[in-house]
Amino acid sequence: MTGIRLTKPWRDLDEVEVALLPGQLGVFEIADEEGSTLELGFAGGHSRFGLRSAIPDAAARHEQAARFRYEVTMQYWSRFEELLAVHVADHGEVPAGNADRGDRRIGRIAAPGS
Amino acid sequence: MDFELSTEQKLILETVRRFVREEIAPLEADLDPDASELPPHHRERLVAMTKELGFYGLDIPEEYGGPGIDLTTRTLMAFEMAQHRAGLYAPCYGVFGGAGLAQLYEADDDQKERYLYPVLRGEKRGFFALTEPSGGSDPARAIRTTAVRDGDDWIIDGEKTFISGADKADFGIVFARTDPELGRKGITCFLVDTDMPGFRVRRIVHTLRSTHYAAELEFNRVRVPGRNVLGEVNQGFAIANDRLSRNRIPYAAGCVGVALKAQEMAIAYAKTRKTFGDYLSTRQAVQWMIVDNEIDLRTARALTLEAAARADAGKPFRTEAAICKLVASEGASRVVDRAMQIHGGYGMTKDLPLERWYRELRIRRVGEGPNEIQRLIVARDVIGGSFH
Repeated sequence: MTGIRLTKPWRDLDEVEVALLPGQLGVFEIADEEGSTLELGFAGGHSRFGLRSAIPDAAARHEQAARFRYEVTMQYWSRFEELLAVHVADHGEVPAGNADRGDRRIGRIAAPGS
Repeated sequence: MDFELSTEQKLILETVRRFVREEIAPLEADLDPDASELPPHHRERLVAMTKELGFYGLDIPEEYGGPGIDLTTRTLMAFEMAQHRAGLYAPCYGVFGGAGLAQLYEADDDQKERYLYPVLRGEKRGFFALTEPSGGSDPARAIRTTAVRDGDDWIIDGEKTFISGADKADFGIVFARTDPELGRKGITCFLVDTDMPGFRVRRIVHTLRSTHYAAELEFNRVRVPGRNVLGEVNQGFAIANDRLSRNRIPYAAGCVGVALKAQEMAIAYAKTRKTFGDYLSTRQAVQWMIVDNEIDLRTARALTLEAAARADAGKPFRTEAAICKLVASEGASRVVDRAMQIHGGYGMTKDLPLERWYRELRIRRVGEGPNEIQRLIVARDVIGGSFH
């Protein structure tokens, strides 16, 4: 399971770190001070400045947002679905920021260590 | 072969064409360029429309509630239904309904109650698991997943890869070796529930196609009851093989559909884009690209319709299905490539659907049997002999 997790280093959610973000497509994770995930997301083909705009836009939806991490990838859609499935395997539910998925299913990936 | 359309076919195609252009394509402006699902409220609205039109569940046999439209007409419809950004792998985002897994129509009554009817009602989803890490082109020899009888049950051990939809499915059609001595006659088909202990989705396999992704599966002593054997023991390869041939026709039709749209876009752009004071359409270099597109398109379209017509007539169509699959996937790849060239820089962007079609069409030359295997099939049929 470790190979499919998002393992990039956490970064503080501040102007300096956001300004350093690439304008590329990819996936990201927003968390609070304790590292609890608030939202998983992706910078897709319609994002204005890729990760540089998608991450602050997502963070603005969460008052407790304090840190983030990201991964540049062109396969942002399948990687995003994979990260959601891994999160559900770990925690039993999607992050609060991803709760509104209508009737779309979350994939099932084997729980870590099973 | 005469492909003059009947009045009814013309009416059906005009209806589908208008549906794609007026109902589907406009929604894509607000969707991610790689999306393959519609927001639920749009999906429900459009499904209601296709039901009202009498086109829902196109590929479902008539005795199970399908509209009873022949394969040739459905192929013509598929040309139209693919003419939008997600059209290759998610034609019209599935609002015309699917047929589920064709093998389930061959199931016994108990299996139909447990699997087929829930699929047709939209309550369950299934996957088709043939390919393994040891290979997918030669499944009869490559299958290493085993199923060993244990009382009334079977114990399945092994792994599968490139299995679409498995992570969100309720069950799968899984092929396993039940007699190591019998080659292709030693394979059995099982219905495996994804909540059976020992079944695991290991990971998603990321490819050029970001949506409708595939997964890697593990079967660790999965106990499957004997009543979940689909068809006869050791006759599973025939079930797989029939499905592979039949699927090649709609597979080809999707390629033709996106290529038709790419050609339409290329011509429109060439007539409006000027270089050195005149339109691209006046440049011979561009004209020849458009002509080559037209040749590829007409060839693929005709061969795909020929395969469908033979299937409708109850004639053998394995050779024709193999030819149309390889001609359509290769021809459509060239058409989209030339359309991108004509569009220049814009052709590479996610503002246009061309780059998505380019990526996804590359998979079409490998999926449903690589084109080299299609050539092998044709060689065997026209020359004779077996595979070596």
